[in-house]
Amino acid sequence: MSFSVALRHRFAGFSIDVAFDVPSPGVTVLFGSSGAGKSTVIAAVAGLLAAEQCRIAIGAEVLADTRAGIWLPPERRRVGLVFQDARLFPHMSVAGNLEFGLRRAQSRRIGFDEVVELLGIRALLARRPHTLSGGERQRVAIGRALLAQPQLLLLDEPLASLDAARKAEILPYLARLKARLDLPVLYVTHSLDEMLQLADSVVLLEAGTVRAVGPVTDIATRADLPLAARDDAAAVLSCTVAAHEPARQLTRLAWGPATLWVAQIDLPVGQAVRARIPAREVILARDDVGALAGALSLHNVLIGTVKGIAGHPARHASLVEVALGGASLLSRVTPDAVARLGLAPGVPVAALIKSMSIEILGETAFSRPASPA
Amino acid sequence: MTLAVALRAVGFGLPLAVLMAWVLARCRFPGRSVLNAAVHLPLVLPPVVTGWLLLILFGVRGPVGALLNEWFGIRLVFTTAGAALACGVMVFPVMVRAVRLSLEAADPGLEQAARSLGAGRLDRFFTVTLPLAAPGILVGAIVAYATALGEFGAVITFAASIPGQTQTLPLAIYAALQSPGGETRAAELSLISFALALAGLLASEWASRRLNARLGR
Repeated sequence: MSFSVALRHRFAGFSIDVAFDVPSPGVTVLFGSSGAGKSTVIAAVAGLLAAEQCRIAIGAEVLADTRAGIWLPPERRRVGLVFQDARLFPHMSVAGNLEFGLRRAQSRRIGFDEVVELLGIRALLARRPHTLSGGERQRVAIGRALLAQPQLLLLDEPLASLDAARKAEILPYLARLKARLDLPVLYVTHSLDEMLQLADSVVLLEAGTVRAVGPVTDIATRADLPLAARDDAAAVLSCTVAAHEPARQLTRLAWGPATLWVAQIDLPVGQAVRARIPAREVILARDDVGALAGALSLHNVLIGTVKGIAGHPARHASLVEVALGGASLLSRVTPDAVARLGLAPGVPVAALIKSMSIEILGETAFSRPASPA
Repeated sequence: MTLAVALRAVGFGLPLAVLMAWVLARCRFPGRSVLNAAVHLPLVLPPVVTGWLLLILFGVRGPVGALLNEWFGIRLVFTTAGAALACGVMVFPVMVRAVRLSLEAADPGLEQAARSLGAGRLDRFFTVTLPLAAPGILVGAIVAYATALGEFGAVITFAASIPGQTQTLPLAIYAALQSPGGETRAAELSLISFALALAGLLASEWASRRLNARLGR
């Protein structure tokens, strides 16, 4: 199944022309700086904005199609909406808020108790919204949206108004939800960290248009996209835990084209994990350094070919995208290194990665498996 | 008697005032400012003029009064119901103002949230908008009630001052002052009037504080 959005709308001084088609179920992150049109897309999908031209469909279910004259009002779209400012009803308890959508829903695919357990909000049920912390409020808002039994979940910068500690508190819950939900999720953010942790697909928005669409693993490493130029640019790899070597305090991760050694992690074999490799941590070598490997402290030598190179003059840096099998890595090196090694598209290179540079994402979230309550 | 008149004035007027306030706060249509002005007219007109206009409209021979009399056998002029009507019309702007202010202060984002959760228009109004505006509505009602207790000009013009039927407190005080030796009676009645007004204001203060605390404001 797929979730597709096509939308065109003109405001005074701003116009948006966006179309994308992403796999469903799955988390699609709408990524872009403020003013790129992310919230406009959310408003149109939710039905709160009547766009001049649009077609929005989840599989065969058409929510809006201006050409065919279809426009479901928001209350009939079954679209769960979580705002940046939780927007809980102040005159109801937490339980009252959660039941608001549940009471009006036709079907019952996800139950009250399950949502309460998933989000860890049982202790809050009798409280009033104004007594909750920002993070708690956002968890309740997510629960309220889920209990309305939506066929699509929209999250509009749900963590943007929270401080770093509260964000870290909610991200594991979101990762847990992601594993449990079988519906499309559209997640708006301008935080690369949230995108790398949660996204399956990414829609990159720029000034009201789509700059790129694709799986997060591809989009994050493309040298030609602005993401690669960020200081925190990184590749994100979908891996599974292959084996532990307690004697060496190492864990081996199976990743499509290769294996990676990382410092031992506390997860069962077979567990899916995401690994992040920051671009600035990847060393490139021109010759096969296999012979040298024994003399180096690092564990990971991956052989690939240069796929693309982009300059970053402001930083006196070059971004090199390295293709390995079907996947890719990103390395940030000096322009001098590119010249000395004679790097160009198609040239074989070795990527050297310290085990300690590989970050396992959402480890805490995954190590605590969702209780089947 | 006075209390019953004021209660009826507010009781019948409040739902209408909420509806009118909602129309004025949320709907945009031509003639909105004219409607707004019409609602506020009793506030600025001399009460006697309002009473006289009511007399023309609702009198036994008036366009509305004749119909009411003919169809339902209802006669408003010089009756308790008429006194309540006169009070109601006079305090209507007070109620509309209070309700409208609180409706405008209610966050439209919460209505959007309710909408996305599957609540239709009426559903949203009764489960979200109205409860959020409740403090303002209650305060408006209590202030209107207190004001209705003191209404004089419109009542005496439209309903006259018939003891036991349309003679509300201020009318009774006035009548007492007109009769020789009525000062004591007038003083007693004034004291009651004073107590009722004070109680109304205190009640409104207390109620709004409580309701707002419940909403976490």
